[in-house]
Amino acid sequence: MKSLYGDLPEKDSLLSSGIPSVQDLDGVLPPAEARKKGPVAVLECFQKIPCDPCGQACKFGAIKEFSDVNDLPVIDWMRCTGCGQCVAACPGLAIFVVDETYSPEECLIAMPHEFVPLPERDQVVLLYDRAGRHVGEGAVHRVVRGKDKLATPVVWVRAPKALAYVARALGLPESQGRSGN
Amino acid sequence: MEYELIVVGGGPAGLSGALKAAQNGVRVAVIDRQEELGGQLVKQTHKFFGWSRRNAGVRGIEIGRRLRDAVLAEPRITVFTGTEALGYYPDNSLLIESPSGVSRITGKTFLFATGAQERMLLFPGNDLPGVYGAGAVQTLMNVYGVRPGRSVLMVGSGNIGLIVSYQLRQAGVMVRAIVEALPQIGGYAVHASKVRRLGIPILTRHSIKEAHGREYVEGATIWELDDKFRGIPGTEKDIDVDVICLATGLTPLGDLLWQAGVSMTYVPELGGFVPIYDGNMETERSGIFVAGDAAGIEEASTAMLCGEIAGLAVAAKLGKIPRHRFEEERNVLAQELSALRSGPLSSKVRTGYERIKALVQGRRG
Repeated sequence: MKSLYGDLPEKDSLLSSGIPSVQDLDGVLPPAEARKKGPVAVLECFQKIPCDPCGQACKFGAIKEFSDVNDLPVIDWMRCTGCGQCVAACPGLAIFVVDETYSPEECLIAMPHEFVPLPERDQVVLLYDRAGRHVGEGAVHRVVRGKDKLATPVVWVRAPKALAYVARALGLPESQGRSGN
Repeated sequence: MEYELIVVGGGPAGLSGALKAAQNGVRVAVIDRQEELGGQLVKQTHKFFGWSRRNAGVRGIEIGRRLRDAVLAEPRITVFTGTEALGYYPDNSLLIESPSGVSRITGKTFLFATGAQERMLLFPGNDLPGVYGAGAVQTLMNVYGVRPGRSVLMVGSGNIGLIVSYQLRQAGVMVRAIVEALPQIGGYAVHASKVRRLGIPILTRHSIKEAHGREYVEGATIWELDDKFRGIPGTEKDIDVDVICLATGLTPLGDLLWQAGVSMTYVPELGGFVPIYDGNMETERSGIFVAGDAAGIEEASTAMLCGEIAGLAVAAKLGKIPRHRFEEERNVLAQELSALRSGPLSSKVRTGYERIKALVQGRRG
């Protein structure tokens, strides 16, 4: 089904294929007012598992503290600054930041990226959707490496605006890490 | 040499138990057959779930390093690495084999945290070189820095299958597919989504039919399964792989417990035969405690908590801490444990532990 998220199943696909459905993603889509104000975190976390680091990582109180460690995260998008701390903190690599206000044609997408070599600033990267299909190209805006070498690097990519909610992984052109799949 | 507690198995459960006991005044020996303490943590490069205040977001290798450093810095703990426990004797001694030979050590109490072993799968060609357990693939890559091959079929979509697929890709190895016999992915959805967006297909209701190759794996045939898990003729697909990685589940490693005469029971939800034990992790043989996968297949966060409960209970049993302090601290740990297990994905293990609890209560009542 063609949607804001690209060509994804309408529902019930997550547990049979690993691909979140349009229905799953609609449930975590930031409201229009939040998307218009600047960068905002998108928590693609759909399953209750015991996990709370996103709530701890947020310095702005936007992601509420968990009363039950199994709860799904709850975010106050108007408090979210899109800083990306939660992207690096999420053990499930399920959080992204999207900025649709970056320029008239382009958006910024922050993605967790645990592959070496890390891309360089301004390098052209290939973008993939949630099913791993190549959907376009972007350019690296910045790379946030984190405090220690075990931290999850976060790569901010400039991408065509239409890919803001489509692209969720990146690869280097002719990268060994991606060959074959 | 007599110790107050002998811990067999230096993984997350054993080390947590050893530390908790030693911090409460118990003289402990830890025995592990590997050269390095940490158990499976030494190869777990993914970030843990759970509470931030308890290592969530920290990679397994780092948790293992912290536990190891704490154990090595604890003067009440003696560590025997490269040492295998061969057998338990009724005089409370343990026959051990180290590079320097075979000897006996005696303990007032024991904590068996011996972990688990991988399940094998039956299919033609499963004896060919190139068919690996997921643990071996992880050891090769993450401990020794060796790629197991160039192209992999992963069998099983539990967390181990998903995580190892991701790590294979990080190492630059192709993963052609993950096949899963059940209609649903077994592991966490976040792990599944993480490998799916790398382009690795996860095929539910699929399994391996056979492996091909004369002297080693040169390919595999997968097929679709019907509702009774029988392969459907005509759905076969040949895939080009030189590695078949089996992540088809674990079963508790209870040999020493059997041999020590601990009462065991079959609990499918916990992976097979497990010891019968109470809320303090003590088996029906007084002074023999269990924790971790040997007590039921789960994961490292709960294993560490169970280890701590066992270590604390040993300290109380030996009179190192007053009863009320033990109960207070134990209840906090037990509450954390039940909170970790309270989610919808833990319903299977909850059923398993309820079975054990009912057995214990039945025997006492």
